[in-house]
Amino acid sequence: MILQRLMQTLTRGARGAAALGLAAALLLDACTGARVAPAERAPELPTLRRADVAWLERVTFGLDTQAVGDYRRLGREHYLEQQLRPTAEDLPTPIAAQAKALESSGVDVAATLKSLQERRKALNALPDGEEKEQARKTLNDEGNRLAYQVIRLQLLRAIYSPAQLREQMVWFWLNHFSVYQYKNDLRWFVGDYEERAIRPYALGNFRDLVLATLEHPAMLQYLDNSQNAAGHVNENYARELMELHTLGVDGGYSQQDVQQLARVLTGVGINAGPAPHLKPEWQALYVRRGAFEFNPARHDFSPKVLLGHPVGGQGFAEVEQAVTLIVRQKACARFISRELATYYVGDAPPPRLIEAMAETFQKSDGDIAATLRTLFLSAEFSAPRNGKFKDPMRYVLSAVRLAYDGRTITNTRPLLDWLNALGEAPYGRQTPDGYPLTAINWESPGQMSRRFEIARAIGTGNAHLFDAEDGGAAAGIGFPQLSSRLYFEAIEPFLAANTRAALAQAASPQEWNTFMLASPEMNYE
Amino acid sequence: MSNPLTRRTMLGLTAGTVASLGITGRLYAAAPQGPRFLLVFLRGGYDATNTLIPYSSGFYYEARPTLAIARPDPQQANGALELDADWALAPALRDSIGPLYQQRQVLFVPFAGTPDLSRSHFETQDSIELGQPPGGTHDYRSGFLGRLHATLDSSPMPAISFTDALPLAFQGPDRIPNISLKSVGKPPFDDRQIRILTDMYAGHPLEPAVASGLELRREVAQSMQTLSEEMRASSRDALSIKGFELEAERIARLMRDNYRIGFVDIGGWDTHVNEGAAQGALASNLTGLGRGLALFAQSLGGEWKNTVVVVISEFGRTFRENGDRGTDHGHGSVYWVLGGSVSGGRIAGAQQRLERANLFQDRDYPVLNDYRAVLGDLFRSLWGLTPAQCTQVFPQSSPGDFKLI
Repeated sequence: MILQRLMQTLTRGARGAAALGLAAALLLDACTGARVAPAERAPELPTLRRADVAWLERVTFGLDTQAVGDYRRLGREHYLEQQLRPTAEDLPTPIAAQAKALESSGVDVAATLKSLQERRKALNALPDGEEKEQARKTLNDEGNRLAYQVIRLQLLRAIYSPAQLREQMVWFWLNHFSVYQYKNDLRWFVGDYEERAIRPYALGNFRDLVLATLEHPAMLQYLDNSQNAAGHVNENYARELMELHTLGVDGGYSQQDVQQLARVLTGVGINAGPAPHLKPEWQALYVRRGAFEFNPARHDFSPKVLLGHPVGGQGFAEVEQAVTLIVRQKACARFISRELATYYVGDAPPPRLIEAMAETFQKSDGDIAATLRTLFLSAEFSAPRNGKFKDPMRYVLSAVRLAYDGRTITNTRPLLDWLNALGEAPYGRQTPDGYPLTAINWESPGQMSRRFEIARAIGTGNAHLFDAEDGGAAAGIGFPQLSSRLYFEAIEPFLAANTRAALAQAASPQEWNTFMLASPEMNYE
Repeated sequence: MSNPLTRRTMLGLTAGTVASLGITGRLYAAAPQGPRFLLVFLRGGYDATNTLIPYSSGFYYEARPTLAIARPDPQQANGALELDADWALAPALRDSIGPLYQQRQVLFVPFAGTPDLSRSHFETQDSIELGQPPGGTHDYRSGFLGRLHATLDSSPMPAISFTDALPLAFQGPDRIPNISLKSVGKPPFDDRQIRILTDMYAGHPLEPAVASGLELRREVAQSMQTLSEEMRASSRDALSIKGFELEAERIARLMRDNYRIGFVDIGGWDTHVNEGAAQGALASNLTGLGRGLALFAQSLGGEWKNTVVVVISEFGRTFRENGDRGTDHGHGSVYWVLGGSVSGGRIAGAQQRLERANLFQDRDYPVLNDYRAVLGDLFRSLWGLTPAQCTQVFPQSSPGDFKLI
């Protein structure tokens, strides 16, 4: 506390971030007794400017020592390249171990579906009563536990993975191709959806991403395409595939196109059991990958015209052809570019930026990393006008990243509780449109005061983030030390006068933390 | 209790900034007289057909072999409660809404709803909350309650949403505060901390949201503390009421003291599977809703005569039950209108006999009473809106004549 006061006094007098950083480092060394000489501490690392911090805050889930260090060491362009093409996952040891231990990380969807079907059958055969209720509860608890483990790992990766941009894009695409955990059996395989349909393509090719989601049982169940068959056409997925996933609502397709695409998609479904018996001419057209199935017996083979183009081919080739046709539309390039720009730059992104991104998207045939490069190196991104208001996920994660800076939490329940309270829990969006990307949905009075309560919970160290999840004893971690070296290098120099005035009135370090985490600087990036 | 002036001073806001920021709630002195309005949105499409039972329709009993509610019968607790020669009330509402109906403080508008035919929860909810003409593109920053509030802006008309996020209905030019009353904890910040936090946002675009959010949080904590003290004093067991009942009592307290326009939503009405009949999933939802509304009426005391509650939902459900002992997304619904001064004890609006030939698309209640006509009529009666003001609230729509008040 004395140290903190001393630093505040010092910073009020001092100007110039380099001098500050050095002073802070010296003080920290004096305090912790770390034997690092100042000369060694500052090997020509450039001082962070406001624009650097704003840039870095956006391509990460918030600042921490590792991100700031990497950025200063590599410079913006190299840092960006590393983020766009991350190699090994490189998680901190405790989290890597947890990731491995998660039972849902290696789920066999077909086997899971089959076993679920059998257990449901057995359950329904039970007479109404205690036993049946208990069996239902057991099944339900299992689903909740599995989905929570998936969310837990998602949150831990988002906080601690050095590949921050990939984690952001995993969130972005999960939201773009949103599924709701409580529909049908989704809790049992949202983990597989995230691991195999989203994560491998998060910075890859957009067409691959669309096809991976199209084939995944989570999407097939969620948007009912598993019910879509010749003679019983279900348009739900066909419509959302164009409206929400690729072209956007004004993307130049008609109700006629929705109906045509729905017919293309007939026979695309799920099969957890043995392959069906098929006529010889259909056998070559049958496709099966895990629980995904294209069944020619359920497919409508009559000719179709989509977006003015005849869809030739036979069977599943029609689906691949249709997806290629759709993702190569200018409307798709623009829609995806606008969504990305809204997520990163803010509501109503500049049309010029969207056009530049859309051009890259089209030229690279849907290369997500290339499109992001255009975005992140653009003048519009580097010189944001008003700052981007953080959505709840970014707010909560950035607060934890700053507060505990690399020290791995053990309990993610409070994070999920906060995200629930703020209305943006992973896999919690009931409707297929995903959570809104615009600020208006997150900045209501009630949501702001909730944020401040979360700021207080984290700032005072009363958030139970270091408790054992099974309710066991808590590790004695105490309240976080926000006024750290990271703070003096990357945050303090750029604080607004009002924020400084608020911090100066803090009556305790815990209160100081609370004000800092509640500040406009923490709510915007 | 601090007086408004010190509160304002403490928040560091002058009277001028308060007005220009459009903060509603305690910062305004609540008008002592005038109407109050609460909109209750049942999300998920509640099964109106098993709530207001068309018991004179033989087709109802054919279409719902396992779900139909038995005809009114004084000997039968499981039977419906007769309201008139055609309609009866679900037994789950017998003890809560039944007495209000006898006192002519409730009326129902069957065949009510929207022209939206998507049968999609989110599209239909959105289109109702926006209240804009069907077709064309929607302006997601303009909901009908937001426009109502703006229309009434000449007199102080504090509005509030009892939800975690601000609903579309309240989007608009004025900053409407929101707070969920499902659970209410201790106030997280003291007055000094509230002042510091608010000052930190002085001049910032979020200043109004921050100021009203913090102020509301404190106001709710104070109000709820008084409420629980009163309950203790009257030896009522706070734990015996829960769910929406508890929420409704809190809403009543806040509205009685400070607010004129309120919104709350209740989920869990999407009964595709195992809906139940006299007992079961729908019945227990209705029991909570009915008890909550009755307690809301009681808690308002003398103010109930100035208050109107309207219960709506995005759509009704299929007239026939499905293969899973449930019902699927339908079209027309039944709206409830409650209040100390409503022209209740009757079934209002255009009606049709319920026969197969009269079903919409051979599956649903038709919509004969557009939601904008119903609500527009109510707003006109409550606040004396001019036709031009009615059009501001619901563009390209005219109020009906339902004689609700």
